[in-house]
Amino acid sequence: MASGGQSAPAAADVIVVGGGLMGASAAFFLRQRGRSVILLERGLVGQQASGVNFGNVRRQGRYLFQLPLANRAREIWGRLPELLGEDCEFNPAGHMRVFFKPELAAAGEAYARDALAYGLELELISGNALRARYPYLGPEVLLASLGPNDGHANPRLVAPAFGRAAARDGVRVEENTEVLAIEKVGTDFHVETRDRGAFRAPNLLVTAGAWSGALAARFGEPVPLVARGPQMGVTEPVPYRIGPSLGVSTPVEKETVYLRQVTRGNIVFGGGTRGEVDLEAIRAYVNPANTLNQMPELQRLVPGVGALRLIRTWSGIESYLPDDLPIIGASGKAPGLFYAFGFCGAGFQLGPGVGDVMAELIDTGATVTPIEPFDIRRFAATGAAA
Amino acid sequence: MPGRFVRIGELDRPPVEIEIDGIRCAAKAGDTLLVAVLTHAAKLRESEFGDGSRAGFCLMGACQDCWMWTAAGERIRACTSFVSAGMSVLTNPPSEALWPIPE
Amino acid sequence: MADPRIIIIGAGPAGVRAAQTLVAAGLRPTVIDESPASGGQIYRRQPAMFRRSYETLYGFEARRAKALHDAFEALADRIDYRPDTLAWNIYGGALHAVRDGVTAELAYDALILATGATDRLLPIKGWTLPGCYSLGAAQIAVKAQACAIGGKVIFLGTGPLLYLVAYQYAKAGVEVAAVLDTSPTSRQVLALRHMASRPDVLAKGLYYRAQLTVRRIPVHGGVTPLEIEGGDGVTAVRFRDGGGVERRIACDAVGMGFHLRSETQLADLAHCEFVFDEALQQWAPEADPDGRTSIAGVYVAGDGARVLGADAAEISGRLAALAALGDLGLPAAADQMAGLRRQQQAMETFRRGLAEAFPWPGQLARDVGDDVLVCRCEAITAGDLRRACSDKGAPELNRAKAFVRVGMGRCQGRFCGSAAAEILAEARREELPAVGRLRGQAPVKPIPMATQRERA
Repeated sequence: MASGGQSAPAAADVIVVGGGLMGASAAFFLRQRGRSVILLERGLVGQQASGVNFGNVRRQGRYLFQLPLANRAREIWGRLPELLGEDCEFNPAGHMRVFFKPELAAAGEAYARDALAYGLELELISGNALRARYPYLGPEVLLASLGPNDGHANPRLVAPAFGRAAARDGVRVEENTEVLAIEKVGTDFHVETRDRGAFRAPNLLVTAGAWSGALAARFGEPVPLVARGPQMGVTEPVPYRIGPSLGVSTPVEKETVYLRQVTRGNIVFGGGTRGEVDLEAIRAYVNPANTLNQMPELQRLVPGVGALRLIRTWSGIESYLPDDLPIIGASGKAPGLFYAFGFCGAGFQLGPGVGDVMAELIDTGATVTPIEPFDIRRFAATGAAA
Repeated sequence: MPGRFVRIGELDRPPVEIEIDGIRCAAKAGDTLLVAVLTHAAKLRESEFGDGSRAGFCLMGACQDCWMWTAAGERIRACTSFVSAGMSVLTNPPSEALWPIPE
Repeated sequence: MADPRIIIIGAGPAGVRAAQTLVAAGLRPTVIDESPASGGQIYRRQPAMFRRSYETLYGFEARRAKALHDAFEALADRIDYRPDTLAWNIYGGALHAVRDGVTAELAYDALILATGATDRLLPIKGWTLPGCYSLGAAQIAVKAQACAIGGKVIFLGTGPLLYLVAYQYAKAGVEVAAVLDTSPTSRQVLALRHMASRPDVLAKGLYYRAQLTVRRIPVHGGVTPLEIEGGDGVTAVRFRDGGGVERRIACDAVGMGFHLRSETQLADLAHCEFVFDEALQQWAPEADPDGRTSIAGVYVAGDGARVLGADAAEISGRLAALAALGDLGLPAAADQMAGLRRQQQAMETFRRGLAEAFPWPGQLARDVGDDVLVCRCEAITAGDLRRACSDKGAPELNRAKAFVRVGMGRCQGRFCGSAAAEILAEARREELPAVGRLRGQAPVKPIPMATQRERA
């Protein structure tokens, strides 16, 4: 292992900076394509947003132009055991959005019609059928839209599983490795780290989550990235009786709660107002006021939740862009530089697909999956936020 | 019913009627729910994960081993709750009609 | 200028003396306690309609118990006392406390965490069987409910509590089938010189010991517990005695414990720094002799800071209160503090003696079989935990928790944390501090999903 400035930088085809789900899956798929890869992660693979999010594996509700990417990801979710040797507790028990108001239900129906063209089949359920099939839903629910082939998984397991599989296949995975500086030297990117020496590669993929903004700015592409903390909680384990992941579809932020029951019985929940984070210290805490706000909203969704005990809350660091879309694709400034970050709290399901797409893009120069809406150049005019 | 705990004193207290799995039992005023159940039964609940019955552990509200379901579908921590007349608890997991279906 | 708001968590010996000290200084502290009455664990009260005397309940400690209870009662209308109340979170300089499903947010200028301790456990095959309880539980059953945990009880573990509880059961007329101490008798003899620094405490310990002999209760030292046997409930304990001979003793209940561990979750939520205590082989909030933590305005006192016992807790409660007063710019008697520090120092020496006499048998945790449950709440075995290291490379406890769920259950690692650290350290061939400790997360104990905010 190179250390200090004297020995030559370790070289590979691609260096991936940031070992979350995007970086770990990209490293894995690049290696599948025969590329040599070095994955650099400041902490442990999957510790940040990838590891703390709600765990929804859902396509429903995404912007229609994001569905091709989501579909590509869904296909990979189904093959995790074959690819990684483990299923990461992916449970395709369905994902359901519920609507409390007629106008919102109408929007849900419209979405279901439009999504068909993208290969997403949703089932709309209301009235007696709703009460019969899902008797645990609260009385305010007018309509439920079910994506029967979606579901949820354990976010703490997925990125690390990709990382281990990548390492088994020959990716050099360096955890506890802080990147200090990146320079373009000729055709190569030179990456200097704190304790692991230097690395170089003609291709650099930035998947550093909330910390990517600094790297993008460094290459002349500042973006208005904002870091926020998801407000998560989990109940004690109770008999497993709620199959689909559930969420309230509403424009009112406080009402946008979601919950899912894992097969062991705990109910994981989140939503509502996001919290503060400390990017410097890499810390985020749940604001108890948010938890107390979530409770009555969760009971509107599933009243039975009110009988249970909350046993733990946690937060983490996600990053958001003002148009609610991530940045995925090639740099607009530096050849060989690529990005995949800023997933606005909706990246988990996309992760394996993003990794696969980035691998294809870096390996072949193009991808069959449309990612133009996520191009970093859309911020070229406006630049970074204040 | 064969219980687990053995009363060693304070026997002269007013009775308090509770229900354990639908069967009426006489506890004593001042009993915790845990003592009331374990002086009539040998367990409090079943482990969620198939490793058998549980009967509490720390008796001081720290281990959280003694949580029970009430017949009304509520949760109660047995070692830190005192019995009251009419209290009705279950030592087995609740049916679907009790949770999560609202009453 | 308004009086500073000081909140004390815990109405055990440390919390009571802290409250008393603050009231004497003219303040009106808030005292929050989970129990319905003061006294903490060691001076836990029986329900109001019980009639046993203080002597029956507390033995040699009867006078101290009465003095403590009376002292707290005398404070009644001069403090904001909130019993049956759980302090579940600290955030943004405020404490969150819930009672009967209603939570209040309380700002503070100083916070004294007198949160006490629980038994420290390590897993033994069969320890989740009905009939197996902590030593503290066995004592609480007798003291607070006039019950024995069974009809024929074995006490197992190490530490002075082992002998005290066995004696209390024997005195109450319960059959004590055996006392099994993992510490070799020879170690206890050797450590006598340290324990001589508190002759009265030592004398009590020897008395309890002697009483067991008088009652012909078998006492084994240097024991290696092998299994707590049973089907629906405990039926026997199988062990290797100090001479290496395997034995089995029938029983219908086990009380087990290996000293105590401090309740430090609130200190964690307050972002206090923790340090590893080599002598005790566990983590504790970093604190100066007066109880100041690394966070200004947050103090720790009593067994919740360092397990020193009830007498030391009373001293440290006073010290923390005086420290808080001084740090807030209020008068605090310096010579009084000096005297208290000296008393506390003497108790430190005794504690070191106890740790020497009754060492934490970490090796037993490290050696536990793959099929033994380590995490009671989530039913995670030692083998699962070892695989978190071998298959998934977990370098420390929180990562192991994320992978295999150890410490993810309702008790948040209180009863599996010590052993989990030993097992992970062994699997990684590292020293204990290297694998860290389970980080506290709110709520520190379960709260209702239907918790309401207090109406202003």
